[in-house]
Amino acid sequence: MSKTITIDGQVIPFEEGQTIMEAATEAGVYIPHLCHHPEYTPHGSCKLCNVNVNGRTCSACTFPAMEGQQILNDAKDINEERKKITQMLFVEGNHFCPSCEKTGNCQLQAVAYHLNMLDDHFPLFYPHREMDASHAKVLIDHNRCIFCTLCVRASQQKDGKDVFAISGRGINKHLIINAESGLLKDSELEATDQAAHICPTGAILIKHTAYQVPIGERIYDHTQIDQVSLNSENLQHDN
Amino acid sequence: MTAFIQDLVEKNHYQHTHLLHILRAVQAHYHYIPKDAIEQIARLLAISRTQIMGVIEFYSFFHLSPRGHYEILISDSITDHLLGKHELAAYLEEKLNVKLGEVRADGLVSLDNTSCTGLCDQGPAGLVNGYALSRLDKAKVDQITDLINQQTPLEGWPQALFQVDDNLIRSDLLLSAPIPAGAALQSAFNRGLKETLNELDISGLRGRGGAGFKTATKWKFCSEELNDEHIVVCNADEGEPGTFKDRVLLNSYAHQVFEGMTLCAALIGAQQGFLYLRGEYLHLYDKLEAILAERRQAGLLGQNIVNADFNFDIEICLGAGAYICGEESALIESLEGKMGIPRNRPPYPVTHGYLGKPTVVNNVETFLAAASIAVNGGNWFANIGTDKSKGTKILSICGDCAQPGIYEYPFGTDIQTILDDCGASDVLGVQIGGPSGTFISNKEFSRLLAFEDLATGGSFIVFNQQRNILDVVNNFTHFFAHESCGFCTPCRVGTSLLKNQLDKIVDGHGSAGDVVALEELCQIVKKQSHCGLGQTAANPILTTLERYPELYQAQLKKISYEPGFDLDGALETARRLAKRDDAGAHLAQVEE
Ligand SMILES: Cc1cc2nc3c(=O)[nH]c(=O)nc-3n(C[C@H](O)[C@H](O)[C@H](O)COP(=O)(O)O)c2cc1C
Ligand code: SF4
Repeated sequence: MSKTITIDGQVIPFEEGQTIMEAATEAGVYIPHLCHHPEYTPHGSCKLCNVNVNGRTCSACTFPAMEGQQILNDAKDINEERKKITQMLFVEGNHFCPSCEKTGNCQLQAVAYHLNMLDDHFPLFYPHREMDASHAKVLIDHNRCIFCTLCVRASQQKDGKDVFAISGRGINKHLIINAESGLLKDSELEATDQAAHICPTGAILIKHTAYQVPIGERIYDHTQIDQVSLNSENLQHDN
Repeated sequence: MTAFIQDLVEKNHYQHTHLLHILRAVQAHYHYIPKDAIEQIARLLAISRTQIMGVIEFYSFFHLSPRGHYEILISDSITDHLLGKHELAAYLEEKLNVKLGEVRADGLVSLDNTSCTGLCDQGPAGLVNGYALSRLDKAKVDQITDLINQQTPLEGWPQALFQVDDNLIRSDLLLSAPIPAGAALQSAFNRGLKETLNELDISGLRGRGGAGFKTATKWKFCSEELNDEHIVVCNADEGEPGTFKDRVLLNSYAHQVFEGMTLCAALIGAQQGFLYLRGEYLHLYDKLEAILAERRQAGLLGQNIVNADFNFDIEICLGAGAYICGEESALIESLEGKMGIPRNRPPYPVTHGYLGKPTVVNNVETFLAAASIAVNGGNWFANIGTDKSKGTKILSICGDCAQPGIYEYPFGTDIQTILDDCGASDVLGVQIGGPSGTFISNKEFSRLLAFEDLATGGSFIVFNQQRNILDVVNNFTHFFAHESCGFCTPCRVGTSLLKNQLDKIVDGHGSAGDVVALEELCQIVKKQSHCGLGQTAANPILTTLERYPELYQAQLKKISYEPGFDLDGALETARRLAKRDDAGAHLAQVEE
C-alpha cells in the first residue's frame, strides 16, 4: 500500500522523501510557484506555493509529504492571497510588461494571469535599480529580479560555477555578480550556462534574441502556466 | 593591510565559520570593509567573494564605505524615544556637526540610528565603536564631543560613560539563590544523567526565549539523534526591543548560564558549545571570556569535567546587528559565518543544526533555570507558577515607570501587581513580549503572566496616558521593516508596505479604505511569512487596531480616496526646470 496525501479532496500517492510539490506535480496537480524548479534544491522563498496542511500554512516546495495530510491548494482564499503575494513582487520591482522583451514568456506575468491579477493593488515602490549590459551575450536588468535565486542555484548546481548571489537585507536585497568588478563581463558566465536561461522573469536575458519569437506566439500567449508547468516538469521528471 | 588580514585569518584558523569574527575585526580596524580585504579574505578562507559581500550587506554593523573613526549609533527603540531620543539626536547632530546617517567631512565621526541596544532601563542609549553608552544627556554629549575632537582613544574615555547597571529589583526563585559554580554538574553526575533529565521533565520548564517549547523534550530529542557530535547553543541575541534581562544574567549570573549549557552538553552528549552574543553586548565580551577561562581552570570546562570523563567547551560568537539572528535557525546560519536567513523546516535544529549536527538552542534564562533545577530538583520548580507555566519568569521592565529594571515573578502573577511594583501610574497600556507580542490596554490588567495568557520573552514596556499609541505602533512597524531578512516575499515586501501604509495614515494622508487595506495586508504578512519575524510583524498594528479602532479612524481624511504621494511635491522638479512658482504651477492634493 503506497502512502497518500489528499489535496483538495483528491487522494494522491507519494513516495517517502517527496515534497508536497513533487507529489502534486506527478499527480498532475498544479501548485503555483516561481522560485521552485524541479531540477534544483527547493528554496521556499516566494511563498506562492503556500498551501494549507492540516490547518497550517506550509510551503509545498519544501514541506515533506506525510501520510494522511489534508491539504488545501486551489481554494478561493488561498489563491486570493497568492495574488496579493504576486502583486507584492510586481510593486517591489519595476515590471512594465508591455515594454519588456520577456512578455509572453515570463512566469511572473503568467502566474499573475493565472491568478487573475488585474492591477497592482499596492502602491508601487519604483526602486532605483541598475542594468548590467557589460557582457557580450547576456544582459541583466535588475528592475525585474524577484530574488528567486534560480540563477544562483543553476550556476552552482548545474554549471559548476558560482556566478550569482543574493546580497543585502530586507527590501534592499539585490542580485550580485561574482567578479572583482561586480560586472557580468568579468564573471565566468557564458551564454550557454543554465544560469543564463533559467530566469523566470526578464531579469537575465540573452542578447540579440529579443523578438525572434513574435509577441502573440509565445509560451503563455496560448497556454496557461499550470498546463505549461505540469507538462514540462513531468517531462523533465520522466527523463 | 595584507599582513593585518593574513594575521587575522590565521588567528581564526582559516575557519570560514569565523567570517563574522574576522569582519568584525576588519570593521573595527578600518571602520569599513575595504574591497581588497574582501578579496584577500575570500582567497584565504576559500569562499566566494559574494558570500562575504552578502554577509557585509546583511549585518548592520558592517559597511562597504568608511564610517567615522568614532562611529556613534543611537538606539532608536521606542523606550529611547520616551526618554528623549529625538532631542538628543538633534543635539548630537549639532554638537558633532554631522547629520544622522552621515560621516563628517573630516572622517572623524559618523552618526546613525540603530535598533534597540538593550539598555532600555538606562536610555537614551547608544554605541561608540560598538561599546554601550548609557543614560545619554546633553552634558555627556558635550563630553563626548570634546573627546572626539581631541581624538582621545576610547580607552581614555571616562568609565562613567560606559557604566551599565544591572537594576535588579525583584528576585524570586532563581535570582535570589544562584547556585555555586559546579553544583549543577555535581548533582547531575551524582543523581545520574537520565534521572537529571527526568527532573528537568518534572520541572515543566519551557523555553524562555518566547516560543515556550518544553526544554526536557528538546534535550531528549537531541540526545536521541545518532551522531558523533552534538552542539549546544545559548541564544543571547536578545534583540526584541524592550528586553534586557539576558544582559543582566550574563553580567551577574554568567557562571550559572555556562553551567546550564554544560549540563545540557552532558545530557545530550555534546562537546562543543556556543554563546551567540548580540553585537550590542560587546561590553560583556571580555568579562565572559574571563569567566570561561576561570571555569576551565576549575575543571568545569575543557577535558574531563568534574572528573566524569566528559569533555566540553564553549566559544563566544558576537553578532553584528541583525534582530533576525535571534531566530534559532538564522542564528545557526550566522554561527556558520553566513547571512542570518531562517532555514526551511523540517529538518529542525535538534536533528540538523550547526554544520548539520544535532543542536540544542536555548535562551540564556532557560539554561540558568535548568542549572538550578539540576541542583534543587524538578518539584522545587514545578511547585511554583500555573498549570501550564511552571516556575518564574524574569522580566525586563521599562518605559513609563518609576523603577525600570529586572523583576522575577512567579508565572500567574497579574499585570496590575507588576505595575504597582515598578511604580507605574496613570497607565495607558503595556506592550508585553515586545513588538512581536501584544499591546494590552488598561482594562486588561487583571490578565496573567503565563504562556496560556500573556506570554513574553521578557519585554514589558509601560506607556502612560500622555503617550500616543500610533507613535508606538509606527516605531515598531519601522523596526520590523528594517529587520526583515528579506528572504520571503510576504515579509520582505509586506513589512515595507505596512510601514508605508501606516506612515500614510499617521501623516494624515489616509482616507476611508486605508485602514481596511492596512488590516488586510496585516493578515497576509502574518499568515504567509516564512518565520516568526514576519508572522508577528503585524502584531503592533493588529493588537492596537483591535483595541483602539477609533484612533486609526480619527487619522483619516473625509474623502474617499487620497493619493499615496504628495501631488504638489511631485511637481517640484518641473517647477525648478521651468523656473515657475506661480499659482498655476501648483496642484492641490484633492479637488477643493
Ligand atoms: C525574529 C525572532 C527573534 C528571536 N529572538 C530571540 C532571542 O533574541 N533570544 C531567544 O532566546 N530566542 C529568540 N527567538 C526564539 C528562538 O527562535 C528560539 O525559539 C529560542 O532561542 C529557543 O530557546 P528557548 O526554548 O529556550 O526559548 C527569536 C525568534 C524569532 C522568530
Ligand atoms: S518572515 Fe521575514 S525575517 Fe522571516 S524569512 Fe521571511 S523575510 Fe526573513
